[in-house]
Amino acid sequence: MPCPLVTQGSPGFHGIFGRQDRAEQFFRSGHTNNWAVLVCTSRFWFNYRHVANTLSVYRSVKRLGIPDSHIVLMLADDMACNPRNPKPATVFSHKNMELNVYGDDVEVDYRSYEVTVENFLRVLTGRIPPSTPRSKRLLSDDRSNILIYMTGHGGNGFLKFQDSEEITNVELADAFEQMWQKRRYNELLFIIDTCQGASMYERFYSPNIMALASSQVGEDSLSHQPDLGIGVHLMDRYTFYVLEFLEEIHPASQTNMNDLFQVCPKSLCVSTPGHRTDLFQRAPQNVLITDFFGSVRKVEITTETLSLDRDVAGFESKFPEEELATEPLKYAEQLPVAQIIHQKPKQKDWHPPGGFILGLWALIIMVFFKTYGIKHMKHVF
Amino acid sequence: GVGTASLALPPASLEAPGSVQQLPVPGRDSPVARAHRGLTLPTVSHYRLFPKALGRLVAALGVRELHLALTQGFWRTRYWGQPPLQAPAGAELWVWFQPTVTDVDKAWKELSNILSGIFCASLNFIDSTNTVIPTASFKPLGLANGTDHHLLRYAVLPREVVCTENLTPWKKLLPCGSKAGLAVLLKAERLFHSSYHSQAVHIRPICRDASCLAVSWELRQTLTVVFDFFSSGQGKKDWSLFKMFSRTLTDTCPLASQSKVYVDISPKNKEKELLEVSPAPTSVHEAIVQGDKKTYAVYDLLSPSLFNTSRSLNVQLKWKRPQDTEMPIPTLHAQRYVGGYGLQTGEICTLIYNTHPYRAFPVILLETVPWYLRLYVHTLTIITKGKENKPSYIHYQPAQDRRRPHLLEMLIQLPANSVTKITIQFERALLKWTEYPPDPNHGFYVGSSVLSALVPSVTAMKDMDVEQSPLFASLFPSSDGSSYFVRLYTEPLLVNLPTPDFSMPYNVICLTCTVVAVCYGSFYNLLTRTFHVEEPSRGGLAKRLANVIRKLRGVPPL
Repeated sequence: MPCPLVTQGSPGFHGIFGRQDRAEQFFRSGHTNNWAVLVCTSRFWFNYRHVANTLSVYRSVKRLGIPDSHIVLMLADDMACNPRNPKPATVFSHKNMELNVYGDDVEVDYRSYEVTVENFLRVLTGRIPPSTPRSKRLLSDDRSNILIYMTGHGGNGFLKFQDSEEITNVELADAFEQMWQKRRYNELLFIIDTCQGASMYERFYSPNIMALASSQVGEDSLSHQPDLGIGVHLMDRYTFYVLEFLEEIHPASQTNMNDLFQVCPKSLCVSTPGHRTDLFQRAPQNVLITDFFGSVRKVEITTETLSLDRDVAGFESKFPEEELATEPLKYAEQLPVAQIIHQKPKQKDWHPPGGFILGLWALIIMVFFKTYGIKHMKHVF
Repeated sequence: GVGTASLALPPASLEAPGSVQQLPVPGRDSPVARAHRGLTLPTVSHYRLFPKALGRLVAALGVRELHLALTQGFWRTRYWGQPPLQAPAGAELWVWFQPTVTDVDKAWKELSNILSGIFCASLNFIDSTNTVIPTASFKPLGLANGTDHHLLRYAVLPREVVCTENLTPWKKLLPCGSKAGLAVLLKAERLFHSSYHSQAVHIRPICRDASCLAVSWELRQTLTVVFDFFSSGQGKKDWSLFKMFSRTLTDTCPLASQSKVYVDISPKNKEKELLEVSPAPTSVHEAIVQGDKKTYAVYDLLSPSLFNTSRSLNVQLKWKRPQDTEMPIPTLHAQRYVGGYGLQTGEICTLIYNTHPYRAFPVILLETVPWYLRLYVHTLTIITKGKENKPSYIHYQPAQDRRRPHLLEMLIQLPANSVTKITIQFERALLKWTEYPPDPNHGFYVGSSVLSALVPSVTAMKDMDVEQSPLFASLFPSSDGSSYFVRLYTEPLLVNLPTPDFSMPYNVICLTCTVVAVCYGSFYNLLTRTFHVEEPSRGGLAKRLANVIRKLRGVPPL
C-alpha cells in the first residue's frame, strides 16, 4: 500500500522528499492502529434504514482496510433474516438493489438485546466483565484512531436505544473523557446520523475529538428513498451521500476532512449537517479520510534473508505418549430404560423453617396471647 | 487426521408432492441438503485440521462433549419425515464436562461467553435462569466411562436469530473454509432463503479404529437446509445443485480424504425407474439409515473419472413419471401448543403420536419452562387412548423465581398406534418493570420440549452395516440393531405475559388525572361540605353479632 509512512525507515528516498515534506510529515497523525465502533440503536422492521446505515459504514471501513477484529459492530435488530424481508440474508442500500451491504462475511459483535446503553458505555470505557470474548472488546491504546458511528432515533440531547432507554450527550461526553483519561485513543472521529444530531456533540470537552452530525438542533434528519419491494425506507439521506463519497475513496487516497464536511449540503439533505473541530489539534485539511476510515499498516522493508528450518523430526517427539486402554471402550447407551427407572430419587433433605416462617408464627402466637391473656394457655395445651 | 465430507440429498418424493396437488399447502419443500464434515484428531495439540479456537477451548475448560446448534425454522416431521438430526428453533447448547472439572457452573458460564464470541451469537445470555441439568435425556454421544449427570448442562435460547454472521464463523472452522470442496456451495443468500436452516457443531471423543483401544477427538459440523421450491415460483419437482445453491462443484478440498455427494434414490413401493439422476453416479450404495433400507447414488468427488467430461459437477434429478405416492407417516412425531385464554392462566398441551401398528416403545420427554410461567404440577395429566398413563420415571425440579427454570422429565410408555396427550396448567407471573425486554408485546418464548426415543426399525441393522453407514447417519451410536435412537423437538411456544403499558402518554394521563382529581376533589369538599350532628344509633347488625360473641366469652358488651 503506497503510503508516505513506509518511506520513513528506508534511507534511499530521503533525496526525493525535501525538507518541506519532512516537516509536513511531522504534523501527520501519530496513530499506529485503527478501530471502529459502529452502533445501530433501533429495533423493529420499519427502522431498516438505520441498520442499512450502519452496515454501509461497516462495509466502507472494511473495504478500506480495518479488519473485523478491530471493528465492534452493534446492531439492535436483525433485518437480514427478519421474516418480513423478501430477500433473506440481504440488506440493501439503494432501491435498485444494487448494493447488498450485508455481504457474505459480516461479523456482528453485539446483536439484538445486547445493544444497550450499558454495554455501549462499557465497550467505550473498557470496563467489561472478565469473561467477555476478544471480539466484543475495544482493545485500543493511546496510539489508536477510533471512528465512532451512531445512528437511530434521537432528540435534543439524547439518543434512543431500542425504544426503551436513552443515552444523553452528557453521558457520552463523560465516556469520552474517561477514554481520554485512560489513554484509550489518540484521535477520535464521532459521526452521528439522527434527528437533532448536533446536540449530541455539544458537550464534548476532551481533546482530539472531531464530530460530525447529520442535522442541527431543531432539525430532523430525513430518510432517503423507500423501496416498494421491501416496503421500508432503505437509507437515511446523510449516510447515503456519505456512502457515495466513501465509495470513491481507496486506501491510498489523499482526500481530507474538509471534503467530508461538504458532503450532503442542504439542497440534497434538507437538514444542515454540522461539524465540530475546536477540540481537534490538527487542522481538518491535514486530516486524511483514511486516518479514520482506513487502517494503517506499518511496513518495514528488510534486506536480510531468513532460512526456515526444514527439519521437522524434532517436532513429533513433543507429543506425549498416549496410553492405550486395556479393553475396548464403549459408547454410552442413549436410552437406558432400566437404569433410568431405578435411579434413586434424591433424599429430601429436611430444612429447618426459615426466618420468615418462624417470625410469622411468633407473631401469630404473640397476638393470640396478647388478645386472650396468658391464662388461656391451659386451654390450648 | 482424517477429513471427510458428505452431502446427502433425498429426492423430492419424500416431501409429499402428491399432497401438494390435493391440499392447498402454501409451501412445498423440496430436497433437504445436509452437509457433514467429520474430522478426527490424534492429540489435542494437533491443529492441522481441527480448528485451534475450539481445540484450545476444549482443553482449557475440561469439556468432554460439546453440541451447539443454531436453527431458524421448524422441522415439520409430519410432512418431511423423520429428521436426520433435528435441533430446536434458536440456539441450543449442551455440554458434558470431564470429571476433573471442580466448578461446573463457572466453566459453563465461561464456555457460553467464549462461544458467543466465536459464533457471533448472544450465547452470553445463557445463565442459571435457562440452564437445566437433565437426569435421563442427553446421554453422551461419544465414548463414556460413567454418566454422572451433574457434569451435564443444557440450555436453549428460543429467541436467538440465525443469520449470515453465524454462518461465517461456522465456515471459517472448516479446513478449507468456503474456498474449496463442498463448502463452496454454501452461500448465505441461498441458504437462508429456505424453510429450515440448522447449523451445528458437535465435538466428542470416539474410537480411533475398530478395536477401540485409543481415543480420538471428532469435530462434526452439520448443516441442514430445506429448500422451498414451490413458493419461490419454480413449481416443478426436479432439482439440481445449481437451482438450490446457484453454484456447482468444481473441485475438492485438498485436505479431505473423503468427499462424497449422496442422493437418495430409494424406490417407493418396489417401483423402479421413477427418477433419473444425472450425471451418472460413481457408485450406488445401499445403507440402513434410521431403521430403513435406503439406496443412495454416490458421487465420489475424489475419483478422477467424475471431472473427466466437464470441469464442474451439477447433480440433477428428474422425475420420469408424475409420482402420486403419499409421504409415509413417521413412527414418532409430536406437537405442542398453549391452551387457555386470558393473561392469567394457561395450559401447555403436548401430543405424542406413535403410529407403529404393533410395537410400543418408551419415550423420554424433557420440558424446560421459564420461571415466570408458574407450573402447577398437580394438574399434570397424561392420557392415552382415554385412560391415564402413569410414567415409569418422573423428575421434576420446581423453578425458583429469577434463578432457575422448571425442569420436568418423564419416561412414558407409548402403546402401539396411539396418541398420548400431556397437559399441565400454569399461571403467568407479573415481572418487575426493568425485567421486560424492549419489545414485551412480542411475547415470551418457551423452549422446545425434547423427545428422546428408541424407535423400532423397519429393517434390523447388523454390525457390518454399522461400519459401512454413511457419515451423516453415524452421529447416534447404536447399541441394538432392532431400533434406532431419535431425538425430536416440539414447537417453541410464544406466550404473552401481563404487560404494563410502557407508553409515555398512558403514564402522563394517569399522573395528570390523579393530580387533577386530588386537587379538584379537595377544593370541592372544602367548598361544599357541611357538618351535621348525628344521633347515636342502636347499632347495626355487625355490632349485634359482636355483642353476641362477647357475651359468650363473658366480656362486657360494646
